[in-house]
Amino acid sequence: MCNNNTGACSRYKFIYYLVFFPAELSDRFLVVSSSSISCIEQNLRAMAAISKSATPVLKDELDIVIPTIRNLDFLDMWRPFFEPYHLIIVQDGDPSKVIKVPDGFDYELYNRNDVNKILGPKASCISFKDSACRCFGFMVSKKKYIFTIDDDCFVAKDPSGKEINALEQHIKNLLTPSTPFFFNTLYDPYREGTDFVRGYPFSLREGVPTAVSHGLWLNVPDYDAPTQLVKPLERNNRFVDAVMTIPKGTLFPMCGMNLAFNRDLIGPAMYFGLMGDGQPIGRYDDMWAGWCTKVICDHLGLGVKTGLPYIWHSKASNPFVNLKKEYKGIYWQEELIPFFQSVALPKDCTTVQKCYLEISKQVKAKLGKVDDYFNKLADAMATWIEAWDELNPSKGTVALSNGIAK
Amino acid sequence: MSHISIIDDEVDIVVGALQPDLSSFMEEWKPIFSRFHLIIVKDPDLKEDLKIPDGFNMDLYTKSDIDRVMGSSSTAISFSGYSCRYFGYLMSRKKYVICFDDDCVPARDSNGCIIDAVSQHIANLATPATPFFFNTLYDPYREGTDFVRGYPFSLRNGVDCGLSCGLWLNLADYDAPTQVLKPDLRNVRYVDAVLTVPSRTMMPVSGINIGVNTELVGPAMLPAFQLVKEGKIRWETVEDIWSGMCVKVVCDHLRLGVKSGLPYVWRKERGDAIESLRKEWDGVKLMEDVVPFFQSVRLSKEAVTAEDCVAEIAASVKEKLGPVNPVFARAADTMVEWTKIWKRVRRPSKVQRQ
Repeated sequence: MCNNNTGACSRYKFIYYLVFFPAELSDRFLVVSSSSISCIEQNLRAMAAISKSATPVLKDELDIVIPTIRNLDFLDMWRPFFEPYHLIIVQDGDPSKVIKVPDGFDYELYNRNDVNKILGPKASCISFKDSACRCFGFMVSKKKYIFTIDDDCFVAKDPSGKEINALEQHIKNLLTPSTPFFFNTLYDPYREGTDFVRGYPFSLREGVPTAVSHGLWLNVPDYDAPTQLVKPLERNNRFVDAVMTIPKGTLFPMCGMNLAFNRDLIGPAMYFGLMGDGQPIGRYDDMWAGWCTKVICDHLGLGVKTGLPYIWHSKASNPFVNLKKEYKGIYWQEELIPFFQSVALPKDCTTVQKCYLEISKQVKAKLGKVDDYFNKLADAMATWIEAWDELNPSKGTVALSNGIAK
Repeated sequence: MSHISIIDDEVDIVVGALQPDLSSFMEEWKPIFSRFHLIIVKDPDLKEDLKIPDGFNMDLYTKSDIDRVMGSSSTAISFSGYSCRYFGYLMSRKKYVICFDDDCVPARDSNGCIIDAVSQHIANLATPATPFFFNTLYDPYREGTDFVRGYPFSLRNGVDCGLSCGLWLNLADYDAPTQVLKPDLRNVRYVDAVLTVPSRTMMPVSGINIGVNTELVGPAMLPAFQLVKEGKIRWETVEDIWSGMCVKVVCDHLRLGVKSGLPYVWRKERGDAIESLRKEWDGVKLMEDVVPFFQSVRLSKEAVTAEDCVAEIAASVKEKLGPVNPVFARAADTMVEWTKIWKRVRRPSKVQRQ
């Protein structure tokens, strides 16, 4: 993973050796004798300069996946930031409706007919009449990174009034390591202007690869229906200028509104479940994907970041409609959380797919008795993996190696 | 959110004086400190008299007080340098103890307003913590925010908060190698968040700016881990890191919370990182053994108070880390000694396991 941030890695390696093996220094890092402090200083500063490079655009390595049932007018506001990228539009709802994509964007669009055609009987695992259908876009993408955003999310401004390039921040988050094993009190140590604090062990300062970047929302926050009913007017006005790694062993509610991930590292885990039409539950799609993803990331030694970037969430959905959708989820999650907190994946689960199938087995065994829905969900999870592997052949998502040719 | 009524009588502010002239420090903090009772502990190694302005409700403790209270145990525990503040915890009779290093002054937030760091610590300590599930909008009890969709309702009551760890603008709490690497690095980023550090996740607790609920975790704030060549500069100490990890293990076991984030203080320049670089950094090296130990230590069901927990941690330190380095064996002995002294001088901690 050091190829992502060579400057930072070699800097910490250097300090590690300086502290623990000073005699070896001159062989490894310094041209002249390491006995001169000013020489060390000069070398350290030179290394610091290397790591200050601009964020890569990743134009040909990233797809933007947008589920929509309404329209794509919001893309006009995002144009300066999104135009270089390929879009995958997943049209939910009535396939005969024509959804116009604003001019100038390079895109592919899939409606329900396309989903059925491409997946055949396996299309049953893709939700209908729910933004969960977005995961179809993850599956058909051929890129390394995915950024997904809802069609009611707009460009936010930071406290100085500057427009936030959310995609650039997600890329920064994904291209720098995570630190899940020990909490850094100054948050993401790889951000400019900060570092690891005193007491942070040097052996943990290289971090692990980042699989997920979870962004937040200004204006309408992502509350559940009961909270929306109690506080219909509450708006999130607090800009928290931090990115942080969610520690290993800790679960979180992952929101799909403003999310990016490394498809090679964790793609198959981003299944958004069975929601919407014909299903007893809604608005738990991203939650489900998030819990599975976090368990697998923890097992495979990958990182999940949360915090920046912010987008501006404009639409407050109807809390009564939401309550109907979430109702079962609210009390089911009391069973789901202990389940996910105690999932143990065997050592031989070395790929995301193997981990995911193991989770689906345990869902069937332990959650089937909560409701028959979980039996169907477990089957759908297995179908999803089958479909994923069919559409993404010979590109194993083994977490820590990268030598497999495209 | 309901207004938190802070009873000033429940708060002590403890300051360890490592420099003789506290005038500017005290003047800068006066608007914030003046309501509260202060405990100032003079570093027993400091020869000069302290210069403290009038107008504060305070008690001052010096080497002679330390010797008197410690009695026959006076050689067992060192209160030298930054560790002098632990004597302040021992002497306090209050529920909440807030502590700042003497090279810190009040900071300003992004609107330019002076931050009342004491009130923020108290707010952190007096509102619940949420260590079992991460809330992506950070502390849900702060005004203007809440739990997000997907946060289980059964966990929304939270648990009591034992420790509040604040941060630093200007000179952040970096170790010496980092200071040398980035000599111009100043922390200018004001992160407007408080969050609970999740259960079973370890972190480096900095003693520069903290608040403690002594009824919950008091005995775990201990001056046990001191380096042979410990200096008077923060990056040459690790006593607070060790103490913080003990507190975190205690909190995780007793189902209490530890918060991190606001408040910020403004930390002034002191010391020369390059000079420190010339010394051996025992602390940095020892952290490689310390961290895996604390990440894996587990306490028994019978440990239901902070004292019980500290005793078990000490035994485990002696058994597992003692053989690695004599400084650990000494730390274990000091922890046991500290618990005895704490019991003798203070009330035992009230809290049972939740």
